Amino acid sequence: MNLDVLRNTLGYQGALLAVAALVTTMALALAARATGPDIAAAEARDLQQSLAQVLPGRFENDLLKDTLELPGTDGMVKVYRARRGGRVEAVVFQVTGYGYAGRILCLMGVDRTGQVLGVRVIKHAETPGLGDKIEPEKSSWIHAFVGRFLGDPAADKWAVKKDGGVFDQFAGATITPRGVVRAVKGGLEFFMREKSRLLDETGERS
Amino acid sequence: MSDVHASYLRISREGLWDNNVVFAQMLALCPTLAVTGSATNGLGMGLATTAVLVVSNMLISALRRFISAEVRIPVYVVFIATLVTLVDMSLNAWVHDLYKVLGLFIALIVVNCAILGRAESFASKNPVLPAALDGLMMGLGFTFALVLIGGVREVLGSGTLFAQAHLLLGESFAFLETTLIAQYKGFLLMILPPGGFLAVGFLLAGKRLLDQRLTARAAPLLPVTA
Repeated sequence: MNLDVLRNTLGYQGALLAVAALVTTMALALAARATGPDIAAAEARDLQQSLAQVLPGRFENDLLKDTLELPGTDGMVKVYRARRGGRVEAVVFQVTGYGYAGRILCLMGVDRTGQVLGVRVIKHAETPGLGDKIEPEKSSWIHAFVGRFLGDPAADKWAVKKDGGVFDQFAGATITPRGVVRAVKGGLEFFMREKSRLLDETGERS
Repeated sequence: MSDVHASYLRISREGLWDNNVVFAQMLALCPTLAVTGSATNGLGMGLATTAVLVVSNMLISALRRFISAEVRIPVYVVFIATLVTLVDMSLNAWVHDLYKVLGLFIALIVVNCAILGRAESFASKNPVLPAALDGLMMGLGFTFALVLIGGVREVLGSGTLFAQAHLLLGESFAFLETTLIAQYKGFLLMILPPGGFLAVGFLLAGKRLLDQRLTARAAPLLPVTA
């Protein structure tokens, strides 16, 4: 039969859609198999880079493999542990702050005494030019947390200056830094609460 | 041969100026407004869209005899979505640094109605070669529009042009990054969504005006009727 005639039959429409769906699905499945391992490797590399930023110094273990899941204030928190001589020296985990435009995801590193080693914002949707000063490329604000712990400043001073705390806010944007400060404080409280499990001192592994 | 030549010239002219995706067809305004906070972002989105547009036009043109008029739209949509997903996956796997810059835009290409528009109005009726050229020219016209809008917004909004271009094009293009107004406090409105509407509106008016001037110059004398 001629293609022009065939193309107008009812069965042809269904068959065309079926073939199109089949071919595209196959193409996607093949591509997913071909790219899967490379994508996973690239994402692991990204994660390693951000871990290295909040965790200065060298550690002997592969952080991506030494993880722990603990209940935090909003669901489970995945914790990466860095060891030296078998002892957990520092932990890295993600905390969430609530800014002007939704969630602000931060990664923070804390050493075994509860001191902040570094904080980085991984993802946010704050206003460009106002709230984005939480990124280290735009301003050095985020480095103000390094070396701080619960007690320096005291718990009621863990806030932006407008709320009576010690951390700067930005001109025209208070909500964003307030969200980040609260998230970091929450992260430290989580660390103190789960300290023995985080530092692996319950005897599960040595 | 000169006929073919002339038709290729016409396709190029249509894509780049006369029938420009943003400034004449007024399509794809959603991704346009969303990404043109800076000229670099506009360039990235434009180039990614151009690549998808060329391939989708070629594919649909090659298969145009098999695609029946009744179910053409779902078939085009499936093809375009698949192509975009393939581009997304391969960039993520093999050019990961570029993906970190462009990744945000790639998903937006699926909702770019200009691609379906070209499939429907050009690729489904023309052979592969003109269809590929149409895709290329429409894509370049789109890129031009995005860079223009992004440039206007970036200069007015933050006083720079092509900031962070090296992330997109590599270190050798770092020379593009210029600060036009040093110590500029910024005019935030232009970076925010309203700035997008303002820039598009003024540029559209500008193109209309320019086109009017050009036609007036081409036919300056009104025929005198006795």
